[in-house]
Amino acid sequence: MAFEFTAENKKKFEEVVKRYPQRRAAMLPTLWLAQEQHGWISPEVMEYVAKLLELTPAKVYEVVTFYTMFNLKPVGEYHFQVCRTLSCQLCGAEGITEHLKKKLEVPLGGTSADGKYSLSEVECLGSCGTGPMLQLNDEYHENLTAEKLDALIGSLK
Amino acid sequence: MEKILTKNFELKNSHTVEVYESTGGYRSLKKLFAMQPNDVIEEVKKSGLRGRGGAGFPTGMKWSFVPQNIPKPKYLCVNADESEPGTFKDRYIMELDPHRMIEGIIICSYAIRANTAYIYIRGEFVFPKQRIDAALAEAYKKGYLGKNILGSGYDLEVYVHRGAGAYICGEETALMESLEGKRGWPRLKPPFPAVVGLFGCPTVINNVETVSALPYIMENGADAYKKFGTEKSPGTKMFSVSGHVNKPGNYELPLGYPLKKLIYEDCGGMKDGKALKAVIPGGSSVPVLTAAEAEEATLDYEGLQAKGSMLGSGGVIVMDETTDMVKALTNLAHFYSHESCGQCSPCREGTGWSHKILKRIVAGEGRQGDLDQLLAIADNMMGKTICVLADALAMPIQSYLKKFRKEFESYLCQP
Repeated sequence: MAFEFTAENKKKFEEVVKRYPQRRAAMLPTLWLAQEQHGWISPEVMEYVAKLLELTPAKVYEVVTFYTMFNLKPVGEYHFQVCRTLSCQLCGAEGITEHLKKKLEVPLGGTSADGKYSLSEVECLGSCGTGPMLQLNDEYHENLTAEKLDALIGSLK
Repeated sequence: MEKILTKNFELKNSHTVEVYESTGGYRSLKKLFAMQPNDVIEEVKKSGLRGRGGAGFPTGMKWSFVPQNIPKPKYLCVNADESEPGTFKDRYIMELDPHRMIEGIIICSYAIRANTAYIYIRGEFVFPKQRIDAALAEAYKKGYLGKNILGSGYDLEVYVHRGAGAYICGEETALMESLEGKRGWPRLKPPFPAVVGLFGCPTVINNVETVSALPYIMENGADAYKKFGTEKSPGTKMFSVSGHVNKPGNYELPLGYPLKKLIYEDCGGMKDGKALKAVIPGGSSVPVLTAAEAEEATLDYEGLQAKGSMLGSGGVIVMDETTDMVKALTNLAHFYSHESCGQCSPCREGTGWSHKILKRIVAGEGRQGDLDQLLAIADNMMGKTICVLADALAMPIQSYLKKFRKEFESYLCQP
């Protein structure tokens, strides 16, 4: 299915391109706009972005696959990303992941059948003094405990 | 102690332009525009300010490498890609005092004669980015940014560029590649970014904390700044403390501060009264210190070097007696192997192999010879790649094995 920016995003794109002396530099902002609109970066999205930036699709593909935040497949409505790096691990990150696996009934790296939840482990999110922590969609949730997680999940239903 | 970077952190609405101005914010600009750009560079050189992102390169000197006799535009890139495990200082500056960073951006851009600056912020920092976007809008409205700033005839546009999840983009040449719309693959140096940087033009890349120190230096002069810290490491620095302490968080301290005092006084001591086992003093990439070493160390470039480690980004990770050092190193090997960009073989293969061997050791299947194998891999990574990501795992491998070897040996299968 062909992908195209909404009229509003087309306007945003035209603004973004002006910030750089080279069109290609608008790559990350354009992909972010696309992911916000579409939820993930499909091959059709890559082709569309390539056309906008006057590049071959391969140039877009190599970027999309290099960065971890671009979703190469659809993710759940609520995406739990648990920080697994050292400071959080010292403070019990493993327990947070285990708790979420059970509560959400989603395997690590997977999405629930109803498309509601996704669960992943990610590398250091720059929140080491308030670990263990996770990122839920765009928001940080810090100093986590099992009780806090249950309350958080409860607030989503 | 008087604070420079964090002095507004406790104030209500510290992120707004009104509060920033009420504490003397943007006042240095008048002085700035009355000076010649070269004199600004000289003043910053004199202050002894060094890059706070990790490398510690003298800031004024970095600026002075930007050639002024060529017609190309110059650029400033602010490195807000804070990703070094254990480090969370730039995030708090951006959330709680974004205008201090913006004022610093104006100072640096004016000094190197750049009319465009990009703030490269890591993709996960959505809230800090919102704070910066709002602060930039305020600064434009007040005439601190844009055309003819405060009637000086100087123009500056500042844009925020959002990354998308890649530790390597905190490396300055990878950051530029990423900004240009490519994979974050570090570039060979020379040419150095000051000469051939972003879009092939002269570029300075400075960390958020570094630029945030500039308003104080401009306002009060280099000598006032040098009153803090040691002779060779002047000024203050933010230390992000995490791990097994009672009060983790950010602490702004004069350089040369005793690490022991930071842990036992500022941070309220060890959690649950446990004994200290080890400290990573400057972000996960630097060599680990034993408790004995840590208790003697001072937090400055020279003090930590004398203990065989580095000040790095100031990310202090504290580990108590219950910490399994084999698991800690395995955690880091996972990180670096995940974050290696894949460009250089010693790093791509070395980080991957190290992680596999360490996983095997943790699983109780470590073989005799594995530890020497790890050291041989580290030796083949150290100093043999385009950027220092390989070294950033080699140094932990070497130091953990040297200082905690018995712990690793106890995991191995008996011959």
